[in-house]
Amino acid sequence: MLKDKDRIFSNLYGMKDRSIKGSMQRGHWDNTAKLIKQGATWIVNEIKGSGLRGRGGAGFPTGLKWSFMPKPEAKKPSYLVVNADESEPGTCKDREILRHEPHTLIEGCLLAGFAMGAHTAYIYVRGEYVREREALQIAINEAYSKGFIGKNASKSGWDFDVFVHHGAGAYICGEETALLESLEGKKGMPRMKPPFPAMAGLYGCPTTVNNVESIAVVPTILRRGASWFSKFGRPNNFGTKLFCLSGHVNSPCVVEEEMSIPLKELIDKHGGGVRGGWKNLKAVIPGGASVPLLPANICEDALMDFDWLKEQKSGLGTGAVIVMDGQTDVIKAIWRLSKFYKHESCGQCTPCREGTGWMMRVMERFVSGNAELEEIDSLLEVSKQIEGHTICALGDAAAWPIQGLMRHFRHEVESRIKTNKNSHLAAE
Amino acid sequence: MLRRLDKKQPLNFKFSAKNLAWAKKQILNYPKGRKQSAVIPLLFRAQEQEGWVSKPAIEVVAKMLDMAPVRVFEVASFYFMFHLSPVGSAAHIQVCGTTPCMLRGSDGLIRQCKDKISKRPMEIAHDGKISWEEVECLGACSNAPLVQIGSDYYEDLDEESFAKIVTDLISGRKPVPGSQTKRFSSEPIENLTTLGTKVEEAQNASVELFIDSSIKEKGSKTKRSLVSKKDAPNA
Repeated sequence: MLKDKDRIFSNLYGMKDRSIKGSMQRGHWDNTAKLIKQGATWIVNEIKGSGLRGRGGAGFPTGLKWSFMPKPEAKKPSYLVVNADESEPGTCKDREILRHEPHTLIEGCLLAGFAMGAHTAYIYVRGEYVREREALQIAINEAYSKGFIGKNASKSGWDFDVFVHHGAGAYICGEETALLESLEGKKGMPRMKPPFPAMAGLYGCPTTVNNVESIAVVPTILRRGASWFSKFGRPNNFGTKLFCLSGHVNSPCVVEEEMSIPLKELIDKHGGGVRGGWKNLKAVIPGGASVPLLPANICEDALMDFDWLKEQKSGLGTGAVIVMDGQTDVIKAIWRLSKFYKHESCGQCTPCREGTGWMMRVMERFVSGNAELEEIDSLLEVSKQIEGHTICALGDAAAWPIQGLMRHFRHEVESRIKTNKNSHLAAE
Repeated sequence: MLRRLDKKQPLNFKFSAKNLAWAKKQILNYPKGRKQSAVIPLLFRAQEQEGWVSKPAIEVVAKMLDMAPVRVFEVASFYFMFHLSPVGSAAHIQVCGTTPCMLRGSDGLIRQCKDKISKRPMEIAHDGKISWEEVECLGACSNAPLVQIGSDYYEDLDEESFAKIVTDLISGRKPVPGSQTKRFSSEPIENLTTLGTKVEEAQNASVELFIDSSIKEKGSKTKRSLVSKKDAPNA
């Protein structure tokens, strides 16, 4: 188990002094200028060396992403945009950073912004997080009044502004180009890539979009060194990570642990175990709504990192672990996700706009069993037609949970259809 | 989903002096010539002021940001948090119904809404005071099930504690948000496995901001005395 001294978010639950004074006592904002004076290349190389992979779901190496930013030009400013539009069902980690550890994020913005040549950061907070946004703004004001950000930020010679922006309840704005559209004051519909944001992002300028957690861990990595961070987790999956436990555990919680921690240990130690005991486990969605679920037998040996879960045709996603016990109607649970994606499809691409609704309606009939056995295959076929045929990954995300359900619980869907048929026959 | 402007529209809309000053400052957050970026924050503030987004409000925001009104309407209809029709004046309860909340009993909360408020969502009941709807994931899944009311989250609910909140709201009281069990924020319910048990703050950041803002609303200078203190957390 990760020791408390190795936890980056030492005030995750907000129980200790949350003010800038308290944050400084815990080691944040400690001589930030010294880190900046080592140069942008050093920062990028340290982050590359630490093995940090993006914490927003896709797991792209953060340092590498930063290195795509072109050299700053006078005419075109560069922007750092922080994605705090946390909306993936199961995920509630960035909320804790925003309201309880905002200074890790603000200091991270300065360091990351400097490393990529940006003088401005926008933090895009989901609309529902009103109090969290207020807490973040208070922390930003504190940092300005101390001179840690603003002109000559932290006496480093680098000017840096941080602005809070917010959405208004659209899951799709968590997709980076939809987020940029939304930040420009438009409907949040994803853009075609290329051009990638590093070339033409916010207002057509070079932009990097990073998840809150990816940015908030940066100051600690730079202070303690890339080699400290890469002590945790398996190769290619280094570091510590916030995990969110929800669903049928005795103690749902958000907790920072090392990468590659066994799922069983995570659930038993921090989640207080599965409701009704480990034997009562039915399935786990290991990384937020869009990754395929894992049945109990795979959960037994599961390691919580990008590569292990990918090998099992699932994913680490955001580290949001949704646990389902033996009494769960797993078909209904996945149907509810289909309903979510149908609601959140932005409507731009036909396969997703029409397909998410179609899949939801079929899933709805599977819940009651009012369907034909052949429909399972036709649903899978349609899900394949959506996957990979849309501008952004929402179509994929809508398809994967259903594919996962059929991969591991097809027998349950079949038996429900058969039971329903038999009961109709008996009634006749 | 089809979202239209309400059939009954007010004649005009005006930002209050305080909100107007705030809006002008907000516009400065964006580079020159990029005023349009402020459209969501301004519409949001208009909604906070009036309870919903009306056609005159859309036109006022469009004028302030040099946008065509239809572009602002496009935004108002795209983002689900904007209410295009009036909602309950005292509270509009948004029940999260997505899978993590569903697994922990959000169906029961919806049942309570149907029993105590109205059979169908978005119907305003109790003399125009209360309405409800089911929303998608609110992003506090470790504190499921939960509801959002205005700016605040009411977490770790069950049917009983939620019913009490509804009763309070109907009778004009605003209950303290946050976890409705003896929990501080999102730490493990049973025992703290990390970060020690020392508690320096009285409540988590979200609850503190609720208390501060309700004190400001009531114009009292005594900090944190208006709302009864919650039980000590489980630490």
